[in-house]
Amino acid sequence: MSIRFDKLGVVTALLIAYGALAAPFATFRANRIVPGDAKGILDALPVGPGMLLLGLMACAALIVLLKTPTRLRLTVAALGLASIAVFIGMAATHLTPPANAYARVSPASGFWILLFSFALLAADSITRLRPLPLVRVLLLAITLGGAAVVLMSGLWDGLSILKEYSGRADVFWLEAGRHVTLALGSLFASVLVGLPLGILCHRVAPLRAGVLNTLNLIQTIPSIALFGILIAPLGWIAVNVPGAAVIGIRGIGAAPAFVALFLYSLLPVVANTVVGLAGVPREANEAARGIGMTDRQRLFGIEFPLAMPVILTGVRIVLVQNIGLATIAALIGGGGFGVFVFQGIGQTAMDLVLLGAVPTVVLAFAAAIVLDALIEMNAPQRERSRAA
Amino acid sequence: MIEIDGITKRYDGNTVVNNVSMMIEPRTVTVIVGTSGSGKTTLLRMINRLVEPTSGAIRLDGEDNRSMPGFELRRRIGYAIQGHGLFPHRTVAQNIATVPVLLGWDRARIDAKVAELLTLFQLDPAAFANRFPHELSGGQQQRVGVARALAAEPKVLLMDEPFGALDPIIRAKAQADLLAIQSLLGTTIVLVTHDMDEAFHLAHKIAVMDKGALVQYGKPAELVKDPATEFVQTLIGTSERPFRLLSIETAGDAVEPGPADGKPLAETISQRDALSELLWSGRAAVPVVAADGTVLGKVTLEGLTRRAAKPQ
Repeated sequence: MSIRFDKLGVVTALLIAYGALAAPFATFRANRIVPGDAKGILDALPVGPGMLLLGLMACAALIVLLKTPTRLRLTVAALGLASIAVFIGMAATHLTPPANAYARVSPASGFWILLFSFALLAADSITRLRPLPLVRVLLLAITLGGAAVVLMSGLWDGLSILKEYSGRADVFWLEAGRHVTLALGSLFASVLVGLPLGILCHRVAPLRAGVLNTLNLIQTIPSIALFGILIAPLGWIAVNVPGAAVIGIRGIGAAPAFVALFLYSLLPVVANTVVGLAGVPREANEAARGIGMTDRQRLFGIEFPLAMPVILTGVRIVLVQNIGLATIAALIGGGGFGVFVFQGIGQTAMDLVLLGAVPTVVLAFAAAIVLDALIEMNAPQRERSRAA
Repeated sequence: MIEIDGITKRYDGNTVVNNVSMMIEPRTVTVIVGTSGSGKTTLLRMINRLVEPTSGAIRLDGEDNRSMPGFELRRRIGYAIQGHGLFPHRTVAQNIATVPVLLGWDRARIDAKVAELLTLFQLDPAAFANRFPHELSGGQQQRVGVARALAAEPKVLLMDEPFGALDPIIRAKAQADLLAIQSLLGTTIVLVTHDMDEAFHLAHKIAVMDKGALVQYGKPAELVKDPATEFVQTLIGTSERPFRLLSIETAGDAVEPGPADGKPLAETISQRDALSELLWSGRAAVPVVAADGTVLGKVTLEGLTRRAAKPQ
């Protein structure tokens, strides 16, 4: 039997080798703002676990390198992720001097490279296995559940990012709530406005170019500039419209952030609605009219169901984009995970930046997977049967 | 009965249909022919008000077609188009049930109707009802399209080049099926085509449209005998005339008493095909049989030649 290599596996194995051997696994700092001291796997862990982790990584790299069954590769990815999660926690405990509250241990480039390699391997294996949409959501839930268990167990409590968290747990969840409210609220508002606007643009052709160009133009305004632009009108509304200030409309704060996110969201929603409706087969529309459907029946019975996958793709873009963009709301006092990012940058405390950035990335990632599954479940039968 | 009374349609001063009047008899097949841009499709679409006329009126059984909302009118009139226009996200059964559902029929009646139509169109309900349109062949899709148009038992069926996208073999079968179903259900069919062979094969009466005007309206034989204009003449084709005449009637209509030898012909094939068979086999006469095999008589080369000659 000849040995056969997996193409993507070669890259992944090289990454694993580099991450495990050449790059530092963890960084030790005497306090949260001084430059750190990078440590390799053997330095960061006691001898036994260190050798064990290196051995595990070697096995993983070998399995990944060769052409092996996809299920085995997925298992390797899961075990790889689990082991680096466990060992980074162990490294934190090992490196922190006893009873030292100032010392900080954070994951270093080697850890992130390993995380990336195994995530890549997992994504590749899942793509090859082509699981049903529900299975993908289930895998996501298992992964998030696993991370939650590790968090609860206190294994990571020695890590700098959780030390930052433990000092501001209340604020963290408050900002998390604001972040999600901002992202989902503006998404909801943009669907509420964008969907009818898209339908209008589809039905009334002369409107189309004007509306889409305007929305395109808005998309090109940098977010900070948009905040600046919004201060004057929102401030004016707060002063002159009775009740506006009471519900929180102000020149700065959550209101302009909400409006900005809403404006940025409109283009994907409207454009995808227009494209989706335009993609409905002409004959189907013609026949629907010819056999006596009213305009409304045609819209809800024929055009919407057929355009739904494209519209949902727009919603997916908006959701992921909003979760990311909501970070900058903190710039004008709108709250959200951005608060930690900007505080961290201000204090040159990278751990605090991570406390804002990591949940944002996880949230966006989870939203993308769930929405993708939803889109696939909504796709016309022909796509599904072809994929099966 | 469909009365088209002085119908005109203009788009931005451009007259597409110009003062057309014609009377379509119930339970017949009327074929509207013409080149593209002759206004034939626009005329058809004014019957179910997909296009509103600029002036004139259309009456169905004496009732003006503007006496009810357009969508209600269209639910009473079957409509089938080229490329079938089936809804890709609905099953065959759901597609066929579209108009009955719009009309609020009860479930049992709808199911019965769907099964009846599928059987009528030689599609096994058990095998086809739950398939999606993309899982059918072109011919099957087209049959489902016509079945959907007939689902609410309309008295009138409008067809806009319904067989245009089919290959010749499937098209011939679809045409034969349509004629069989028309005589079974007694539906009044108005069909638009640019294919003269199709027109002569299907039509009880042919309407020829040219540049928006109705230039001739009559039985196929009349068109061959007395073409009203140069255009009708060209459309029929000078060298095609005897064969057009023969393609109108069936071999059964040309049967003469007496025996003949050799392989018999079915009475349902056209006289044109019978002539072709006689010429090819080098015989002067050939027996004609009914579907059950009983010999009806013979068709002769001489008899067919007489029928193909210019009518006096």
